Amino acid sequence: MTDATQSGPMLAADGTPLKKSLARSLRRRKVRALALIAPLLLFVLLSFVIPIVSMLFRSVENGIVSETLPLTVVELRNWDADSGELPDEALYAAFVKDMIAAVEAKEHTRLGTRLNYEETGMSSMFRKSGRNIKRLDPEADAPFKEKLIDIHEGWGEVETWRTIKTHAVPITNGYFLNAIDMRRTPEGPRAQPEDKQILVKLFGRTLFMSLIITGACILLAYPVSYLLATLPMRVSNLLMILVLLPFWTSLLVRTSAWKVMLQQQGVINETLVWLGFVADDARLVIINNQFGTIIAMTHILLPFMILPMYSVMQTIPPSYTRAAKSMGATNWTTFWRIYFPQSIPGIGAGSILVFILAIGYYITPEIVGGTKGVFISNRIAYHISSSLNWGLAAALGTILLAVVLLLYWCYDKIVGIDNVKLG
Amino acid sequence: MKVTKSTLLASAVAAIAGSAMAEEMTLVSWGGAYQASQTKAYAEPFMEMNPGLTIVWDESSPEAVAKLRAMNEAGNITWDLVDVVAADAIRLCDEGLAMEYDPDELLAAAPDGTPASEDFGDLLVSDCFIPQIVYSTTAAYRPDLLPDGAPAPDSICAMFDMETYPGKRTLEKRPINNMEWALICDGVAKDDVYDVLATEEGQQRALDKLGTIKDQVVWWGAAAEPPQLLADGEVVMGTSYNGRWFSAIEEQDQPFEMLWDAQVFDLDGWIIPAGLSEERLARVKEFVKFATDTQRLADQAKFISYGPARASSAPLVGQHAELGIDMAPHMPTDPNNAKNTFLYNYEFWADYRDDIDAKFQAWLAQ
Amino acid sequence: MTNDAAFVEFQRVQKSYDGEVLVVKDLNLSMPKGEFLTMLGPSGSGKTTCLMMLAGFETATYGEIMLDGRPINNIPPHKRGIGMVFQNYALFPHMTVAENLSFPLEVRKIGKDQREEKVKRALDMVQMGAFGSRRPAQLSGGQQQRIALARALVFEPELVLMDEPLGALDKQLREHMQFEITRLAHELGITTVYVTHDQTEALTMSDRVAVFDDGRIQQLAPPDLLYEEPENSFVAQFIGENNTLDGVIKSIDGDTCVVKLDDGSEIDAKPVNVHTAGERTKVSIRPERVEFNKDRLHADAHTLKAMVKEFIYMGDVFRFRLSVAGNDDFIIKTRNAPDAIKLSPGQEVEIGWLAKDCRALDA
Repeated sequence: MTDATQSGPMLAADGTPLKKSLARSLRRRKVRALALIAPLLLFVLLSFVIPIVSMLFRSVENGIVSETLPLTVVELRNWDADSGELPDEALYAAFVKDMIAAVEAKEHTRLGTRLNYEETGMSSMFRKSGRNIKRLDPEADAPFKEKLIDIHEGWGEVETWRTIKTHAVPITNGYFLNAIDMRRTPEGPRAQPEDKQILVKLFGRTLFMSLIITGACILLAYPVSYLLATLPMRVSNLLMILVLLPFWTSLLVRTSAWKVMLQQQGVINETLVWLGFVADDARLVIINNQFGTIIAMTHILLPFMILPMYSVMQTIPPSYTRAAKSMGATNWTTFWRIYFPQSIPGIGAGSILVFILAIGYYITPEIVGGTKGVFISNRIAYHISSSLNWGLAAALGTILLAVVLLLYWCYDKIVGIDNVKLG
Repeated sequence: MKVTKSTLLASAVAAIAGSAMAEEMTLVSWGGAYQASQTKAYAEPFMEMNPGLTIVWDESSPEAVAKLRAMNEAGNITWDLVDVVAADAIRLCDEGLAMEYDPDELLAAAPDGTPASEDFGDLLVSDCFIPQIVYSTTAAYRPDLLPDGAPAPDSICAMFDMETYPGKRTLEKRPINNMEWALICDGVAKDDVYDVLATEEGQQRALDKLGTIKDQVVWWGAAAEPPQLLADGEVVMGTSYNGRWFSAIEEQDQPFEMLWDAQVFDLDGWIIPAGLSEERLARVKEFVKFATDTQRLADQAKFISYGPARASSAPLVGQHAELGIDMAPHMPTDPNNAKNTFLYNYEFWADYRDDIDAKFQAWLAQ
Repeated sequence: MTNDAAFVEFQRVQKSYDGEVLVVKDLNLSMPKGEFLTMLGPSGSGKTTCLMMLAGFETATYGEIMLDGRPINNIPPHKRGIGMVFQNYALFPHMTVAENLSFPLEVRKIGKDQREEKVKRALDMVQMGAFGSRRPAQLSGGQQQRIALARALVFEPELVLMDEPLGALDKQLREHMQFEITRLAHELGITTVYVTHDQTEALTMSDRVAVFDDGRIQQLAPPDLLYEEPENSFVAQFIGENNTLDGVIKSIDGDTCVVKLDDGSEIDAKPVNVHTAGERTKVSIRPERVEFNKDRLHADAHTLKAMVKEFIYMGDVFRFRLSVAGNDDFIIKTRNAPDAIKLSPGQEVEIGWLAKDCRALDA
């Protein structure tokens, strides 16, 4: 009650309400802070947010069919794809009109390329037909059905029109279906033929191998980081240089060096044969397979595990282990109950770093992976640079991103993301 | 504030004007020996003729298709002329990223007056493609690694003959060429290869044939790998581009033998990116006309063992600029080498590449 | 030397890290069960090294360390059964307070019920019973200190080592904890070795203090003896406030001697570690033992002329800084009693002392 009687607004020295002047001074601070981070914000937006959003969009965007063949798409709505009969003359007439405009704008071959992802043969059909359709007159030369089938027998096949109809939607799930070895059909999503199913397998392999590489990195990096953190400064600095040395060598050189080491006439095999451990005609196959990928990538990614581990271990005071020992804990108990739990944030940070880098790697698997050591990124690279199927590449990239986020979420649930420390 | 803005503007204008005055032309190529041959055979002579012009090289040809598409989407084409293989040229043309041109208008006629369209002939595989060279993907082997008494291989089918020629082989990690050779060695006539390959059964047949040697194949991704693998004794035979074999055998004295049988001709050449400004286009056209004339293409063969794309250049091919050896016998088009060849079927692969590639990759991963 | 009653014993222990310099030189020390012994010394004097050797984290280069009659040189730290409190507490940050306390019991395979009971008792002992489920980071420095203490005691070790445990606390808390620690140590009858560089701490807490310097124990004695009867000039200067004057022994006569100071004046002193006339010496006199009231001195006592330089009012005591025999930092202290004399700067006085309060030590 007493509060209520004196609860008029508090005033600042100049008579404005205190809350208001506080807000004003805070706002000024916020604006200044915002101005300071503006360049970074802009950079992140330009280099990170926009490309990702554009990738997400590209994986579903499919305006090309309805934009190139607007009249045809309208006519196709009246055609029953399941009837097993060819569309009527009206559709052929609309198609010719569309194509004449498209050839004029040189867009028919792009559409052919797009549809060829779905139905092999469309690319050349559009390219070849374009030249002939160009000469037709949309009024005088009607009717077109026969003429078109003359130009290319493909126009007389129901499957052609089914494909165009199926992929006429401006926003499609087709790329995502392709990305998981399925395809968009008039009847809904269907599995790809078995001999074309590869991407799910590659996703699985990428995740599995990345996990193994991460695990191998943990095992190798832990003792090294421990030494780095506990050895006297002079020795540990030297060791640190050895750890960082690979960073100063080109990735390609390091990967190629592994080839020299691991190939059948390579250093390791030669040594083993010379020592008599391995018969000359039974040399080990340790490259151009998963093993080669694991070895080379573990080596390449090792520093990314060591550095966070080291920086975390460095902050663990030796008095903890001493305390534990003074309380009667054996060396093992001290390590397992006291040292190890405190080094987990380093393992966590290193693992996330290595795993995410590994999952997106493609140069090293390409060079030393042979046929069974390649990653999903190799297919993404193929679709970006060779097949130009950017929609599929974007869908694959989006799935990869989703998988990483999902794993990150799982990690947060299991270990806790606050349990990650880069130093 | 006003001062800063105007100074900025002034310096920006100066920068743009400066770059325009320096007259730069950006050519995209593959780097390495091939780019060097282009530099020596036509870029340097052209710059001598045009003192104000600088030619800048960008070694981006392996990613040219994707990069051009990205440039096109961004609306800022920074390249003036791009060297690509014919298959990529077709793709770029289909995508509207390369400029269509009229050969007889753009390209120089042969010295005897034969129009360019005739001189290049069948090699004009796309409306956008300006051919430069013919190269081939062909096989080579190490005679010293073959079993004693084994006859020297004379057919591509030695690749599939594990009994006579045991040991590992290296093949390119893609279906193109390998599928054709597999069918030929499975008894398909050369003329029927693509008809067979267009069917599901034919594709499976080719994969099955490749399957007979699958566990003995080291698959390569970069053309530099096969000579290295052969030199290290990792494989006994393999395929690569004929130019790579030439430089390994003649320049590095590697004990390889060429196996020209069933070599697959492919083409490499220029495309002009669509959407260049008038001024840039005029300059590029001038360069292209010069760089693809009969003499220039013949000159290029002095530096690399790829055949000139013009019929009229063939007689002018001389000796290697440094080694001093006759280049003609090393050309894939030399009659001795070209007894049994076939040309990459662009139309077919433009249609089937993605489909067969998916099957091939799935098959590889099995 | 070997003492049957000794619980902890250092026998001729030496320690060197680099093979060139001895950081601990010929250390002999023997302490009975239940004693609270403090190792006091400047940093680098070897006290912490001694503690670490006792705990087992360092090995002696030469000599034996005995615990309860057994040599422990080859026993690893975790089998020594010694409780330890560290300078920065070393509470395990990933465990709760209760888990921290439970840890030494777990590794000893003590059953869960018993463990919980012991943890509870130890927490109650340091008045932290309500904090069992907190994490160390949620506690204040003083609370962490108590937990560290409880953890060192929870498994009922017979010997507890403390390495500057109060260094990080503020003065008030430190004084309180000093009291707490000694109370617990005496109540539980634990033998304690306490390392500090704070002499007040050493004097107020310990049964005996070992003053370290230069890798040796300079003096091992109960606090009062240490203060009043330092055996050498290092101890005299290190412990408490002290005035020194340099001079030469003129004559020794049993318990007294006459020292001729460098400015020619003569004073009486008690010879401690000087033996012959003509030897150089440092005489040491505590500020509160200096008299300037002539009436309190022997009639025949030597006196010195002094000039008052400064008067410092400290509440309970007065402090004067004098210039005596060339020493401008000669301090005397008097109690702020009703009859206290206040000297003012510039005043000349005659000062003197009882011969037994002035110790002639090594130069």
